[in-house]
Amino acid sequence: MFRNVAELVELAEKNNVKIAEIMIRQEIEVSGRTREEIIAQMENNLQVMERAVERGLSGVKSQTGLTGGDAVLMQNYIASGKSLAGNLLLDAVSKAVATNEVNAAMGIICATPTAGSAGVVPGTLFAVKEKLNPTRMEMIEYLFTTAAFGFVVANNASISGAAGGCQAEVGSAAGMAAAAIVEMAGGTPQQSSDAFAITLKNMLGLVCDPVAGLVEVPCVKRNAMGASNAITAADMALAGITSRIPCDEVIGAMYAIGQTMPSALRETAEGGLAATPTGRRLEEEIFGKPKSKLVDYLIQK
Amino acid sequence: MKYRSAFDIIGPVMIGPSSSHTAGAARIGRVARTLFEKQPTRAVISLYGSFAKTYKGHGTDLALVAGIMDFDTFDERIPNALKIAEESGIEVEFITEDAVMEHPNTVKINLYDGQGKELEIVGISIGGGTVEITEINSFKLKLSGANPAILVVHHDRFGLISAVTSVLSKYQINIGHMEVSRKDKGDTAVMVIEMDHKIENGVYAELTALDGVDQVIRLVD
Repeated sequence: MFRNVAELVELAEKNNVKIAEIMIRQEIEVSGRTREEIIAQMENNLQVMERAVERGLSGVKSQTGLTGGDAVLMQNYIASGKSLAGNLLLDAVSKAVATNEVNAAMGIICATPTAGSAGVVPGTLFAVKEKLNPTRMEMIEYLFTTAAFGFVVANNASISGAAGGCQAEVGSAAGMAAAAIVEMAGGTPQQSSDAFAITLKNMLGLVCDPVAGLVEVPCVKRNAMGASNAITAADMALAGITSRIPCDEVIGAMYAIGQTMPSALRETAEGGLAATPTGRRLEEEIFGKPKSKLVDYLIQK
Repeated sequence: MKYRSAFDIIGPVMIGPSSSHTAGAARIGRVARTLFEKQPTRAVISLYGSFAKTYKGHGTDLALVAGIMDFDTFDERIPNALKIAEESGIEVEFITEDAVMEHPNTVKINLYDGQGKELEIVGISIGGGTVEITEINSFKLKLSGANPAILVVHHDRFGLISAVTSVLSKYQINIGHMEVSRKDKGDTAVMVIEMDHKIENGVYAELTALDGVDQVIRLVD
């Protein structure tokens, strides 16, 4: 069993296999299930992600009306041919947003690693797919590679916004995606590790400050930026750029930052964007004036 | 290691918007329901920390009640759970507490059937939909949360602990930590067993089928 990224990279290199394969072997060992069962479950998760993107691209609106429709705007913009950043990057942005818009509308998604950060992994996967033309199995492997990195973060740091802020959610998701993009593009395990480190370094300190406590503003757009960050970092790693700070130490730094982050900035909707005048106004429009703290409401009709 | 599986990271498949505040909440609610063994007529749900502050926005209230009605994390009825509960004759009360708990996402659920049956559980949602049950009827579960754990509810009589551990031994499952407790001599008793390996459905079924065992519940998967 690998306990950190260094061991994960070493295992993949020593056995001359992909990181995805290390994760699959560990899953077989830990769960006692067969390879076929494990692959089938991931295939099912992949299908859930495909359906969520599809639904988001056809246009959804959340119950509050705070989010929805931006994935479609981005696709229309790409189609206009005027995009500056490049179609693959913006396609990832659009598909990440699509997933989170479906999530905000209480639709079915697959948490990667959380629901609030569910857009980055599928968004990047389905965008990179257009360029790399992976097989179905390679797409499933992409998800196992993200799982391997997420596994290390979840056990050594945190993937919970309430515990570690958005850096733990979208930051982790973006790092996971970057590592998997590198592997799908033919990079080495070490390059995957560098891509993860470069991504997370640039999301350190990101707070979790959802307006009205809803997984909408700014969560949806943070997934867009997480996806962009992941693709940029993957390209940097594939170009041969390395991280001066080793991946495991970046994860350690993320954890330490989360520990010192005030509670107001960890998913309590008390600080950051949630506490801005507009954030408060939106909260009031949605939930009305704050009621008594002790007994919030009683349902007894 | 709190997370053991690739599917703790890529998963669960769930109704949005939050893995900890929606899917995790549904899972805690469902553990309560499983332990209660029947649909309650009344549920009192006390929310702490981030759960108390943001539950409405995350649909935590909907998810907890959905779990109590035995809905899974991906059940499309979750958004309508409160309405369904009302129609099913379940009275639901939410209390937001100011007390600071060890974990920011803590919930206490009290279930009643109107005929004297009661249950109180405390659960925490630690991220990504993974949950831990920390207390059942004031019986504190000293679980590390790092290993799979089960709760066995059984009749208090000789030989049952041995019968349960024999099954685990047959499948070469090592016990890392174990606690036993009972209401009264000869009454209902519980075993909390923490193991080095996740138990599969077959083992689970074999334990449940043992004479004198009422229930086997997965506390940490």
